[in-house]
Amino acid sequence: MGQIELKQVTKSFGNTQVIPPLDLTIHEGEFTVFVGPSGCGKSTLLRLIAGLEDISSGHIEIDGTDATSLVPAKRGLAMVFQSYALYPHMSVRKNIAFPLKMAKMDQAEIDKRVNAAAEVLNLKDYIDRRPGQLSGGQRQRVAIGRAIVREPSAFLFDEPLSNLDAALRVGMRLEISELHKRLKTTMVYVTHDQVEAMTMADKIVVLQAGVIEQIGSPLELYRTPRNVFVAGFIGSPKMNLITGEEAAKYDAHTIGVRPEHIDVVDGEGEWNGTVGVAEHLGSDTFFHIHNTGLGEMLTVRAIGDVSLKHGDKIGLNPRKNEMHRFDAAGLRIA
Amino acid sequence: MATKASRSAARIMMAPAVVLLLGWMLVPLILTLWFSFTKYLPMRGDSIERGLDWVGFDNYARFLSSSAFWPSVQTTLVMVGGVLIITLVFGILLAMLLDQPIWGQGIVRILVIAPFFVMPTVSALVWKNMMMDPVNGIFSHLWRFFGAEPIAWLQDASLTSIIMIASWQWLPFATLILLTAIQSLDSEQLEAAEIDGASPLSRFFYIVLPHLGRAITIVTLIQTIFLLSIFAEIFVTTGGAFGTRTLTFLIFQRVIDSQNIGLGSAGGVYAIILANIVAIFLMRIVGKNLD
Repeated sequence: MGQIELKQVTKSFGNTQVIPPLDLTIHEGEFTVFVGPSGCGKSTLLRLIAGLEDISSGHIEIDGTDATSLVPAKRGLAMVFQSYALYPHMSVRKNIAFPLKMAKMDQAEIDKRVNAAAEVLNLKDYIDRRPGQLSGGQRQRVAIGRAIVREPSAFLFDEPLSNLDAALRVGMRLEISELHKRLKTTMVYVTHDQVEAMTMADKIVVLQAGVIEQIGSPLELYRTPRNVFVAGFIGSPKMNLITGEEAAKYDAHTIGVRPEHIDVVDGEGEWNGTVGVAEHLGSDTFFHIHNTGLGEMLTVRAIGDVSLKHGDKIGLNPRKNEMHRFDAAGLRIA
Repeated sequence: MATKASRSAARIMMAPAVVLLLGWMLVPLILTLWFSFTKYLPMRGDSIERGLDWVGFDNYARFLSSSAFWPSVQTTLVMVGGVLIITLVFGILLAMLLDQPIWGQGIVRILVIAPFFVMPTVSALVWKNMMMDPVNGIFSHLWRFFGAEPIAWLQDASLTSIIMIASWQWLPFATLILLTAIQSLDSEQLEAAEIDGASPLSRFFYIVLPHLGRAITIVTLIQTIFLLSIFAEIFVTTGGAFGTRTLTFLIFQRVIDSQNIGLGSAGGVYAIILANIVAIFLMRIVGKNLD
């Protein structure tokens, strides 16, 4: 249970087509992340799957049956919203029980499922409170609880962590990943944060302007980005993309080298420049290098705390075997 | 605004307004209380200059024992309750309708609010002569069109008519408050309920109505205050006849028609007590809804 297939799905608002024909298969039990810059259509795509927006043409199949014209409730999917969308006048218990009550389940079964969900998500201590009395992380858990009691064939998450502070976000990320490992249910997760995508996903779908740029596992995207957009989007800090003369040396229009694939050398290196801002994180140091003659500013990662200061000369050697080459259309040259 | 000097300056400058408002409230209240304990019949020569006779609770006892008292309380409550139910039910329906995106939304909203700008006397006259007239009224034409006998509205369905007029006046107010409340509802909540399998009707009862709870109590509270003192609508239509004599109107009759200021004042004090009982009830509900 939990296979979702999109066949030639399009979506237009008035005369603007936000999603050109798109094919995508989400396999059973997979954790799929839609990632892309804001406005790329990833949330729209999720809402199309949920049934909150009608698709303009094409088909959506869930578990092999056509769900294109099914109402949201009949698709067997559960959704967690960015604003959590908890019902403010109901207690946590009633919030979680709401979908079951709407399904006219008997009270004993409802109690059993709600208690089980509260157990799994550590909600027991505040089960009788209202959402207004809970912290952001707790509300997030209630929203997830409301989704899991329905035992849906797939979960849809719409940027669920973007309202949380950084520390809580890391914690919730782990919790959702663990929940996926335990439930083994299909999950579709939308985010603009590539770190979330990399850490949680089995499969990442990179979107830009409604078009799928690449589909693959996090490491596939990291190692073999299909084009310049994916290369620049996945990885933190961003890949250095160099065009012009230097790229021509490698028979490419653009070459890309990740900051972690450039070595700092003593004295002169292949590339030379001066250090701009240095970001000391303790475990790594990120240098911004100027005046390299390559046109662009370079970002370089050095492991550990390297004592180079603003304005110092620096020599760099890119690792040739980890270099990515792209042609004039932005596509990868194998 | 935080130093000692500025605070005392503020107090001094506010003092005249506070004194004026306090006097505005206290003088009539104290006079009413005083008159209610005296025999004050201006047509029989009683006047403040000559001194009024203190009669204790006589006026209160007479006002209570009058055969018109309990019916007038009942009429008042029926009228207020009727108007509240009509304005709230139709207010919610209209607010939900006006929340939909339609062409010419701004103009439609202004049209809906328009009745609120019409003076009570005028709107009552319009209803009396244009809508409810048993011979030439629009309703009587409508009834005859369908082959029915026209109703003499203000005579045979007098209280219903007054409730209709007052509802027409207050519906815009209720709609306006409820519309702003509906607009503040997070659409993701409705979408979540939709995914959770709630039908449109359950979405209304489980999500929209609870969200409107606070607005409903505020509408109820404000309207009750104004509806308890409805006067012009009754004065220009039925003149208090045919079972439309509310407590307010009864007091008016005692003071002006019977020229018995003492008795009327006692009625006024009863009206204050009634208003307070209603207010305490409503405050309780509001308090429960504002947690």
